[in-house]
Amino acid sequence: MATATNSMSNSEFTATEARGAAFYTLLVMLVIVAGLGLWAAHHMDVEGHHVTGMSNQIVWGIPHVFAIFLIVTASGALNAASLSTVMGRKVYTPYARLSGLLAIALLLGGLAIITLDLGRPERLMVALTHFNFTSVFAWNVFLYTGFLVLVSVYLWTLMERRMNPLSKSTGTVLLAWRLTLTTGTGLIFGVLVARQAYDTAIMPPLFIAMSLCFGSAAYTLLLFSVFDCSGRRLDDAVVSALRRLLMLCVVGVLFFVGLLHGVKLYTPESRGIEAFLLVSGGVYPWFFWAGQIVAGSLVPLGLMLWRPTARSRSWFATACALVLLGGLAQLYVIVIGGQAYPLDIFPGRQIIESSFFDGTVAEYQPRLPEFLLAFGGVAMALLIIVLGMRVLRFLPRTRMAD
Amino acid sequence: MNRTFTIIGLFLGLLVELCSSSAAQEISALQPVIPPAARGERCVEPTEVMRRDHMKFLLHQRDDTVHSGIRGAKHSLVGCIGCHVQTDPQGAAIAVNADGQFCESCHGFAGVSIDCFECHASVPADGQIKSQTNGQASALPQWMSPPALSMAKGISPGSVP
Amino acid sequence: MSGESKALADQSRRRFMAKTGAALAVGLGAGVRFIDFPNAHAATGPVSQAQRWGLLIDADKCASGCNACVQACDDEHGIRDHGRARTDAQWIRKVRVRDNTSGREVSLPLMCQHCEEAPCVEVCPTGASFRRADGIVLVDKHSCIGCRYCMLACPYKARSFIHENLKDQKPWSPRGKGTVESCNLCVHRIDEGGGRIPACAESCAREGHGAMVFGDLNDPASPIAKAMGEQPSQELRADLELNTGVRYQNI
Repeated sequence: MATATNSMSNSEFTATEARGAAFYTLLVMLVIVAGLGLWAAHHMDVEGHHVTGMSNQIVWGIPHVFAIFLIVTASGALNAASLSTVMGRKVYTPYARLSGLLAIALLLGGLAIITLDLGRPERLMVALTHFNFTSVFAWNVFLYTGFLVLVSVYLWTLMERRMNPLSKSTGTVLLAWRLTLTTGTGLIFGVLVARQAYDTAIMPPLFIAMSLCFGSAAYTLLLFSVFDCSGRRLDDAVVSALRRLLMLCVVGVLFFVGLLHGVKLYTPESRGIEAFLLVSGGVYPWFFWAGQIVAGSLVPLGLMLWRPTARSRSWFATACALVLLGGLAQLYVIVIGGQAYPLDIFPGRQIIESSFFDGTVAEYQPRLPEFLLAFGGVAMALLIIVLGMRVLRFLPRTRMAD
Repeated sequence: MNRTFTIIGLFLGLLVELCSSSAAQEISALQPVIPPAARGERCVEPTEVMRRDHMKFLLHQRDDTVHSGIRGAKHSLVGCIGCHVQTDPQGAAIAVNADGQFCESCHGFAGVSIDCFECHASVPADGQIKSQTNGQASALPQWMSPPALSMAKGISPGSVP
Repeated sequence: MSGESKALADQSRRRFMAKTGAALAVGLGAGVRFIDFPNAHAATGPVSQAQRWGLLIDADKCASGCNACVQACDDEHGIRDHGRARTDAQWIRKVRVRDNTSGREVSLPLMCQHCEEAPCVEVCPTGASFRRADGIVLVDKHSCIGCRYCMLACPYKARSFIHENLKDQKPWSPRGKGTVESCNLCVHRIDEGGGRIPACAESCAREGHGAMVFGDLNDPASPIAKAMGEQPSQELRADLELNTGVRYQNI
């Protein structure tokens, strides 16, 4: 029923009819987890960061791993929207609205974690009014807030019939914006000349590939859970399309990861960091090989390609979950592993003594407040999704056989 | 309609009346009790100006100090503390933002929290306050002397006492 | 305009001028100041690019077991030991370095290098981390939001984040929880004028080693400029081309 502008009328969408014990239990649990996250942030603010596992050596920890994961996934969650609105893939049209909701929820969750972890979160207003424009962080403030505004406008063009003709142009701007946003997120690390794990222009394309991958996986899982919970059935066409999309994105991530590490291995200067991350660094090689490569990329690809599991929806959902876990592992290696390796202040020499942990691999033992804050942000994102679907018309009513 | 306006007008008038003249006698009982400054002859600005604008002066001065390296100026925070800090009977300085002390007496009354002293020292440097008598030269290092005091004593800024 | 309305206009103009004049007179009489000179009584004037402060460290003169510079810095800025080495702040530290090929060891102090092209300044989102006109790189803690991005960016691991509530700060060195800080070349001493030098260099001289020379890199007659002219010196991580204000000899 797509019109010439590839949009659908509001009557073809519905809010979830969720009610009853299960729904309210879910809400209460999410509120509790989010509340614990807020308490953890307050505790860190009052006591100072010494209650966390972060230190002068590992300055960004578990909260940042989760926050960057949520932000990267948020941008990729709009895949269905971009594919349907901008590229005219009609199979995704009924599902474009939901992807917008997911994008907003994930980005807000990630931003909440980042701002609550600041050393002085009460100075957020300073961050929003004082800008140093040579800083990628400063650009990101505009990119993230602009993203929220643009997605809201895009949803409006989809939901308000008179605005439907504007949905394609808005969607196109949004596609460009989210690619720029993910470039900005990748550049956070890409411009750091000091650290051998970073300092590369491959970071933005890698992050874009990661966002497409994690966003597709998260979106698929959301679709499956919502449709299952409300007794609907997704039609085969969109499931096959999503499966092909995820396979392509996983291969894309593998390519850029291979490129990143390959080039760094080629450069004598960075063989040390590569050996550390890939072989000798303890937890980091484990997360990289077992978490990111095997569980996060190869197993999902196998599940989606191997005939006995390729057609199964539950195995597809498993593959999506594994991709997300692999993504967390990947970000742990990037964010924490990159900090754990000592700075090479004296090339060609070894620092044998220092009171400030120079020349030694930094230890990192994350503590409870960090996990609570990270999970709190995820819970906040889920709350926005659950409540949003309950209140507004995000779910397609037609195209299901029940 | 007219009646409505009349009633509203009477109500507002009553409110204004209550808040202005007849309530004036009670206002003094509600004002904060601010301990008078222990040294120096007068503040660097008139009281009315300070009451309203001290934050403006401090915000401007901090930029001058941090970015331009200007210290010991009229509106320096250290200068404020130098004059307004109280001492206990043993002569030790009491934190200027402690309960009942200079900053807190007004800020507590107004319900505006101060976070300056999370970073800034709330007393002058150790052992520097020797006496509480007005007009006596304190033992503060030159660059921490309140400018009003040094002006009154004829010491020009920049010279070593 | 008719004569009558012109007369009326003149009258109202006159009344306006009279009222304004009266207000001005009253205002001036009451001491309203139109021009203020807030810095007329400041002890020091604004810094400028005319000077570029730097530090020269001679590793040959640095004694291996000596910690005087670290101790002096801690005392000067009120940096206390909280018993948590991983999170306690350090503005300066001593390191011992061994050459991989020759095995030669040197000891030297390491602190913020006060780069001209400082990465920490580039990445700070609020501009709190900045380079002053006279070359000192420091953090304006009024604007610092505690994001720690500058700590990731620094090639020398010079920055520390304050992980706990502090009290009894020195009046000349405000420090507080949730902000980032690093060596500021004892900027309060430099601003005072009168030839005061950073506490580390002062203590090194007092101990008799004299490994740290402080001075104005722009002044060819200063001790630091002369010392740099006599023996070759280098930046740490010269490949990054940051043009640091801290230079090392004999490493």
